[in-house]
Amino acid sequence: MIVGAGRVGSSLARSMLRDGHAVSCLDEDPEAHARLEIGLEKSWEDVGGQFTVGTALEIEALQEAGIERADAFVASTDGDNTNIVIAQIAMGRFEVPTVIARILDPYRAEWYEQQGLHTICPTRVAIEMLETEVKEAAAKVAAQ
Amino acid sequence: MYVLIVGAGKVGWNLARELLDKRHEVTVIENDRDRYLTVEQELEHNVQYGDGSELWVLDRAGVSRADLVIAVTGDDEDNMLICQVSKEKYKVDQVIARVNNPRNKQWFELLGIAPVVSATDLILRLIEHEVPKYGLVHLLDLPRERLEIIELLLGEDSPVAGRRVADLELPDGSLLISVLRDGTGFVPSPDTVLESGDEVLAVLDPGMEDELKAYFGPDGSESG
Repeated sequence: MIVGAGRVGSSLARSMLRDGHAVSCLDEDPEAHARLEIGLEKSWEDVGGQFTVGTALEIEALQEAGIERADAFVASTDGDNTNIVIAQIAMGRFEVPTVIARILDPYRAEWYEQQGLHTICPTRVAIEMLETEVKEAAAKVAAQ
Repeated sequence: MYVLIVGAGKVGWNLARELLDKRHEVTVIENDRDRYLTVEQELEHNVQYGDGSELWVLDRAGVSRADLVIAVTGDDEDNMLICQVSKEKYKVDQVIARVNNPRNKQWFELLGIAPVVSATDLILRLIEHEVPKYGLVHLLDLPRERLEIIELLLGEDSPVAGRRVADLELPDGSLLISVLRDGTGFVPSPDTVLESGDEVLAVLDPGMEDELKAYFGPDGSESG
């Protein structure tokens, strides 16, 4: 189950579906459905996907999207705070075995990771990649 | 004591004023630049600009020495996380969170945040005083709570004029909240005797207006 079918969520959803998993997406924006179908020949439902319009803080929306039978839950909305809260709901209330939250703020990603929340911080990754590149460039300059 | 307030809306700003008046040390954090500049005119150094759900902003405001953190932004997720981080990371003894949507209360509880304050709940609690009622102005719908509040004016011929509140046989699902008489409002007790000319507020389940109106009889406006 993926909450937030933006660029990240929708790509992940397609790739999980392609690998043969049952995938359900929840997004408050009905337009997100179109993003799920990028590159598909058929509709998202025809290829076996599920899509629910709703807000992840609404328990009915989570249930409609099938959180109670989810093996994995990904919080990938564009809001850090939303992701942190709904990931804790998935863990604490619905006891989903695997819960992953995307958190852009590296400081909070680190702290919540320490608290036992599995987090992915794209900002951290970007910082590390940039550091590597820039340091390599600096080393080249120094070598000249 | 040192109080950290996140959110300089009406609630946060007025809270800050009151606490400053009472000689407490107060910092307010506001993340809307325009709002910050407005509030800063009055609160000066007691307000800081920033997103109070970010750790460094809380740090800068001295969260770890706060005796009390109050999260009153318009966003429930923000309020939850501000309180969670204050309690668990910065070991603040006491946190208070505002709940904007009463349906989110369960999530505050799940995250261990108490007490929470919900304006909707407060109004509902006020309404829970026992009382009955009656000429009929529709004042307020609370569709989520499935309640309506109406105002009734007791006419000259109202069958309830001269009767004690306790003796009224109000339809199930309705309750008198207050009586306005000669310009003064009060909460009726079972012994209150209703008079023609009283303006009465009632709360009721949706769709019961007609039944109540029939019970209280024609109102003053119809008779004259």
